[in-house]
Amino acid sequence: MIALKINGKPLSLDVDPTTPLLWVLRDNLGLTGTKFGCGIAQCGACTVHIDGQAVRSCVASVARAAGREVTTIEGLSSDLHHPLQQAWLEIDVPQCGYCQSGQIMSAAVLLRERPQPTDDDIDQAMTGNVCRCGTYPRIRQAIHRAAELAKGGTR
Amino acid sequence: MSAATSLERRDFLRLTVAAGGGLLIGFYLPGVSKLAQAAENPAFAPNAFVRIATDGHITVIVNHSEMGQGVYTSLPMLLAEELDADWSKVGYEPAPVDPVYNHPVYGIQMTGGSTSVWSSFEQFRKAGATARAMLVAAAAQQWNVEAASCSTSNGKVLHQASGRSLTYGELAERAAKLTPPAQVALKDPKDFKLIGKPIKRLDTAEKLNGKAIFGIDVTLPGMLTAVVARPLVFGAKVRQVDSRAALALPGVKKVVNIPSGVAVIADSFWQAKKGRDALQIEWDEGAMAAFSSASKREQYRALSKTTGLVARKQGDAEGTLSQSARVIEAEYEAPYLSHAMMEPLNCVVDLKDHHCEVWTGSQFQTGDRATAAAVAGLKPQQVQLHTTLLGGGFGRRANPASDFVSEAVHVAKAAKAPVKVIWTREDDMHGGYYRPAYLHSLKGAVDASGNPVAWRHRIVGQSILAGTPFEKFAVKGGVDSTSVEGAADLPYAIPNLLVESHTTTVGVPVLWWRSVGHSHTAFVTECFLDELAALAQQDPLQYRRRLLANHPRHLGVLELAAAKAGWGTSLPQGRYRGLAVHESFGSYSAQVAEVSVNEGRIRVHRFVCAIDCGVYVNPGIIEAQAHSGVIFGMQAALYGELTFSSGRINESNFHDYPMVRMNECPEIEVHIVKNTERSGGIGEPGVPCVAPAIANAIFAATGKRIRKLPIRISEAV
Repeated sequence: MIALKINGKPLSLDVDPTTPLLWVLRDNLGLTGTKFGCGIAQCGACTVHIDGQAVRSCVASVARAAGREVTTIEGLSSDLHHPLQQAWLEIDVPQCGYCQSGQIMSAAVLLRERPQPTDDDIDQAMTGNVCRCGTYPRIRQAIHRAAELAKGGTR
Repeated sequence: MSAATSLERRDFLRLTVAAGGGLLIGFYLPGVSKLAQAAENPAFAPNAFVRIATDGHITVIVNHSEMGQGVYTSLPMLLAEELDADWSKVGYEPAPVDPVYNHPVYGIQMTGGSTSVWSSFEQFRKAGATARAMLVAAAAQQWNVEAASCSTSNGKVLHQASGRSLTYGELAERAAKLTPPAQVALKDPKDFKLIGKPIKRLDTAEKLNGKAIFGIDVTLPGMLTAVVARPLVFGAKVRQVDSRAALALPGVKKVVNIPSGVAVIADSFWQAKKGRDALQIEWDEGAMAAFSSASKREQYRALSKTTGLVARKQGDAEGTLSQSARVIEAEYEAPYLSHAMMEPLNCVVDLKDHHCEVWTGSQFQTGDRATAAAVAGLKPQQVQLHTTLLGGGFGRRANPASDFVSEAVHVAKAAKAPVKVIWTREDDMHGGYYRPAYLHSLKGAVDASGNPVAWRHRIVGQSILAGTPFEKFAVKGGVDSTSVEGAADLPYAIPNLLVESHTTTVGVPVLWWRSVGHSHTAFVTECFLDELAALAQQDPLQYRRRLLANHPRHLGVLELAAAKAGWGTSLPQGRYRGLAVHESFGSYSAQVAEVSVNEGRIRVHRFVCAIDCGVYVNPGIIEAQAHSGVIFGMQAALYGELTFSSGRINESNFHDYPMVRMNECPEIEVHIVKNTERSGGIGEPGVPCVAPAIANAIFAATGKRIRKLPIRISEAV
């Protein structure tokens, strides 16, 4: 049994400890907001937070998450009140939407570490997240907007 | 549109079915739309495209698949416009498979060819106008006044003379008892309130909190997951399988041979994948084991030196070329490409004795359902196909062969339980149905004053449509229109023009890939025209201007892009511009790229895009599609290439088939032409100009020509 804390909820699971966290989230816990894109940490679609750090869950074994705090897109905010979700709505970022959970989870770590990110900061933090639809210009705009929203306290 | 009119009678029949709680109401995919959920008990379903609930919620049933291009917003906008709906109460729902939802032009239910908005333009507006007329009639009946004395606004019917008003929700039940009118008038475009405005997408919220359901997210009670071992060489067959190690693994339920390979069926994906990794398969590789990119190139090159089938002929190109003093000859190449949608292929099937349900991100519902039925041994009517959101499509999920659906039904037959087949990224990249590779051979001549006088263009490559149901429409005299589109319709005023086609037979499965033939022909024609301009020692913009004098829409976007990009003005040191203009899917696109080249490394700094798609519905979505076209086009221009050695594809995932990333994303400016021309497409027309604009900028920077995709400075000539 592996003890996990997912989106604030403690639970324990009987799974092969080498299973990637991604597939435990999706297949065992029904948290399908975290996506499978490449399986080799090249696209970022599976990005979640473990103890606040952005992690590619397709290559992180579930054992690595044991006893730590895991946050998925479903746990980012209950009602889209997170500044990133608000900015994403305002700028109308997603196209197909498949990569957006991972984009937002990567951006959330960026904003926590750099509350007023520069374009270079955005390049650094977001280059691991692929968007095949090409929403990058709006993602960049929305991250800047989210920084403003967070600063203004309009959560 | 006559097709829309002919729907009226069937729509009415559908009303009866829907109101009876049948087909329309029976279909609902959890998580798709909160608004749709609220409208589960519709009071009023005047046709197959709209339902209005007593609480005023409006559900628009969309018969085109949402793969990012915005149809779940733009088509509801069309309907809501004529309905005078309160936009805040409008939601959407994917249509089930039914002939009433067939594409008005193609006659099957499908999404492709950048056609969704223009082909639905009247159909969805009429559906909204019909509902509006019935709501007005219901209000007039209730108030006992003339319908003509009532008006509508923002989800209400108003009777100005008496100051009374009723909401659509309040009128829904009464309206449902009325007969739809045979004819309805549509709005004068000057009265549009939604069409032409950058309305926010309806599907954004669910894509920000993990609630959006893509095919890969569909979960059924008792569902198993399968991963399939497919051959690495196309056409290879299983000779022998040793499945003992796989079957010994936890969670693995079954290992079965199916036509496409060997399926491992397990409780979960990871167990199925580990099971597949443990299989020992001996393949009979067949003839394709000898295939390589190098051998293909030699075969194509030899063909390009021979006369092909004529796709277009005017004047005497050969004669003029043989008599001209100023001639250039060039060979261009474009590789096989993967669609590489972010969501790898997948399909869920629940097969019962007399019924089959399929969940997948399909662009090709009619064909996929028919294929599923054939494999299951059922009638198409016994199969329901639920269209989920598509995590990208780009043509891959519109396969006349229905490969990923057919395979999943084969797996379901063995699984004896609901089953989800998931393709890994490697499976998706190795699984075939690529943009075909092409080799182009060109010869052009200019006269003493530099004007082009002859152009001969030979295109060598596989046919996308041969052997499909589309062959009889699109393959004429042995020439597949999708191989030569964008080349055979070259707009430039060149008196002697010859475009020829050689269709090759290669055992690599091919398919349309975002912008289809234009994805390679625009690269070739726009770069070779630049070569002629250089031969004539003329500015590429000036040169095109004169040759496009009779093509005002080409010229319009060209001038717009050039002006906004500051063509001819100075740039920061080391930056150079290139331009391209191209018509595709009824729309006109021109783009100017700003590029620098340093030690063989290409940096794209800026893209200025001008687009003329005629009358448009949502400029916010058009801007997004223009961004998308640039990024998608850049991937093919700079990185995309599948290569073969010993019949195997060398690339497998994003480390060796790279994507364009945030740090490479240029500044992208989009300028939309506003006019009253017939609407064209927008999903694909932003792609074709990207590679030639970059390649022409590289010529400006280095004096060397790029004649092969993907662009490598080391291969410039």
